[in-house]
Amino acid sequence: MTLSAATIGGVLVYSLDRKASLLPAQHKPVRIPLRFFTETEALIVAAAASRIFPSDESGPGSREAGAAIFIDRQLAGPYGRDRFRYTQPPFEDAPREFGYQGSATLRQIYRDGLKGLDGFHLLDTAAQDEALRKIESTLFFALLRQNTIEGMFCDPVHGGNVDMVGWQLVGFPGPRMSNYDEIEKYYGQAFRPRPVSLSQVTGAKIRPGEDEP
Amino acid sequence: MKTLPAVDAVIVGGGWAGLLMAKELASRTSLSIVVLERGPLRGSSEYATDMDELDFYVRLRMMQDLSQETVTLRHDGTKRALPLRQHGAFLPGAGVGGSGEHWNAQVPRFLPDCFELFTKTTTRYGANALPEGHAVRDWGVTYDELEPYYTRVDKLLGSSGQAGNLQGKLIDGGNIFEGWRSEEYPTPPTKVPYVSSLFRDAAKSLGYHPYPAPSANISRSYTNPDGISRGGCTYCGFCNRFGCMVGAKAQPTNLLLPIIQKRKNVSLRTGAWVRRLLFDSASKLARGVSYIDAGGEEVFQPAFLVFLASWTFNNTRLLLLSGIGDAYHPVTGRGTVGRNLTHQVSVSSVNAFFDQPLNRFMGSGSAGFMVSDFDRDDLDRGSLNFIRGGYFAVRGFGFQPIANFGVLPNSVKATWGSEWKKAAISYYDRTGNIIFTGEHLAYKSNYMDLDPVYKDKLGDPLLRLTLNWRDNERNMCDFATSKSVEMARAMGAKEMNPFPGLRSYDTTRYQSTHVQGGTIMGASPEHSVVSPYLQHWQLPNLFILGGSTFPQNGSANPTTTILALAYRTADAIVDRYLKHPGPLG
Repeated sequence: MTLSAATIGGVLVYSLDRKASLLPAQHKPVRIPLRFFTETEALIVAAAASRIFPSDESGPGSREAGAAIFIDRQLAGPYGRDRFRYTQPPFEDAPREFGYQGSATLRQIYRDGLKGLDGFHLLDTAAQDEALRKIESTLFFALLRQNTIEGMFCDPVHGGNVDMVGWQLVGFPGPRMSNYDEIEKYYGQAFRPRPVSLSQVTGAKIRPGEDEP
Repeated sequence: MKTLPAVDAVIVGGGWAGLLMAKELASRTSLSIVVLERGPLRGSSEYATDMDELDFYVRLRMMQDLSQETVTLRHDGTKRALPLRQHGAFLPGAGVGGSGEHWNAQVPRFLPDCFELFTKTTTRYGANALPEGHAVRDWGVTYDELEPYYTRVDKLLGSSGQAGNLQGKLIDGGNIFEGWRSEEYPTPPTKVPYVSSLFRDAAKSLGYHPYPAPSANISRSYTNPDGISRGGCTYCGFCNRFGCMVGAKAQPTNLLLPIIQKRKNVSLRTGAWVRRLLFDSASKLARGVSYIDAGGEEVFQPAFLVFLASWTFNNTRLLLLSGIGDAYHPVTGRGTVGRNLTHQVSVSSVNAFFDQPLNRFMGSGSAGFMVSDFDRDDLDRGSLNFIRGGYFAVRGFGFQPIANFGVLPNSVKATWGSEWKKAAISYYDRTGNIIFTGEHLAYKSNYMDLDPVYKDKLGDPLLRLTLNWRDNERNMCDFATSKSVEMARAMGAKEMNPFPGLRSYDTTRYQSTHVQGGTIMGASPEHSVVSPYLQHWQLPNLFILGGSTFPQNGSANPTTTILALAYRTADAIVDRYLKHPGPLG
């Protein structure tokens, strides 16, 4: 399964070494391999994430960050299949303070939730916002919102935060090895070093959690 | 079950307490020692490539794998408990070093009167001063007895800070409310993040006594008495839920493991899942432990000395699963194993929003300032509706964007979309918080036993927590929140979100990993599981180390107290027990 790069913003292409680069507009169509979503599901997730974290006058959003690709990889990996959750029965309904007690994996929650958003990516933005308001209180929406934020601000090794657009948006410099000389120097004024990713800082190959068995 | 060759000592758990005991015994005796740790051994070089918020802070890669074993929880004994299916209120670590790898390295001591809480409170204020239903006990050891061990702990860790009470002399700028220290901190206070400097100045202006937060993310290079050298903290901001990439943070793997690995008389076995302690009821001695080894085979490791150092939950659970001692019963009050479950009150008592940028990505898990003016015994007199207290802190944890984007003043109603995004970007680096950490008293109704329904991956019953807040904690928390709002206003905050209050115990809100009790220490076998030397009352060759031995929670972070008690036990074993095995008087 693949997804047309143009349909989610046209800027994303990942080489095997996970480097993202810009595509010229006239470039021949590029397909992004999907690990979990169908193409339609990916389009819906990309459209919904873009209403949660829009690209607008306050800066780039989930499309530029590649949040839909990030979410696809997360759901395909151990997180999506509840590798680290306690999943033994019996499953009981419980008050909120006991956390999620259901038997459905995160993948299943997404798959079921996306069924309710059939055709979402074809709607205009006002209708999209209306559709999201209807599901605002669901676990699916809470996950989608949380995963979109993760896709905005994760290290680029995970497939989101492409070109560190999210980090630039909030002035987070990434894993900076030392702030020894600066921590007491910039009292009350912004100190905004240029962001660097973990692989840039360490020069090492980073093995992200979603690639673990 | 295969029986392995006997060893002198087997230690269950390779965290702070277990590895400290292994280091002490291995350095000072010729005993053959095996440490059993169910998690992996990480390489210290891994910590640089682990500076990834998603996999470590959010997905919690260093924590225990709950798919294999978790705990269940209910708010009171009439309800059915439910499993904690994902991490939340506390974060026990996995692997060699345990939670001591991913901790924040905050190293205050408990207040002197914590150790004699029952006696001091009832003597001073009368028999009714403690709330109804309390189970508060004295520890059977005093601060004065423990002080030399606390000092050894500070030297081991290289703790950074400024003393406020040196041998009884109060010193301005330190914590004048703490117990006496025999010596100054080994290293000076850390640098001060901007938001912490605002707190320090505000607290001073209100007449309080702010002091540099005691930190084992050390301020400069230091060589400890074992000859272990570490460099100073770089304030990279990757402490909380990470291992330290430069080794400035005190961790079992950088302070204890290097010494253990040089000793031929210790072996560390990872992937070892201990299921039972075996004992002989005729001789009244522990015989060793059975465990599933890394290859999946169940084996028996005989030992002449057995140490349980596998954190609060597993220490308690292993005694219950092994039938050692009597399980506590909250109605009859009989039995001791599982009693006095406490979880320190720990809340972000106010989120404060400022006009100016705070550069919150810089910091460490313990760099900052604290205020202990409300962490005092005499605070409870007058019109307050609670006893005891706690400390306030503003630390520069090193805020990271997934966890902190979208913390907004209550006046912002949107939770997604353009309006929300714009506000969240604007407030992202202008948000500070004051943390309040308070004592949790022990109650008869808060305890641990075995769950009748849910099992671990091997089919053994999970540990069941029966735990809820009482009015003392709720009222203390409300008081702390009102004080925090005053302090945040004095810091110059433009808007504030006060903590809404403690209601039912919430498993989804991270508080701290300071869960205590279950195998408590005390002066008599009637009310405690281990003696003041952490020696099991019935099986004198069994010692239990860690927060499970705390009769109730102090307001301070527990690690220095855990280590001080372990040092004291190690001395008692080396100096006395090995010469004359039997109950230590």
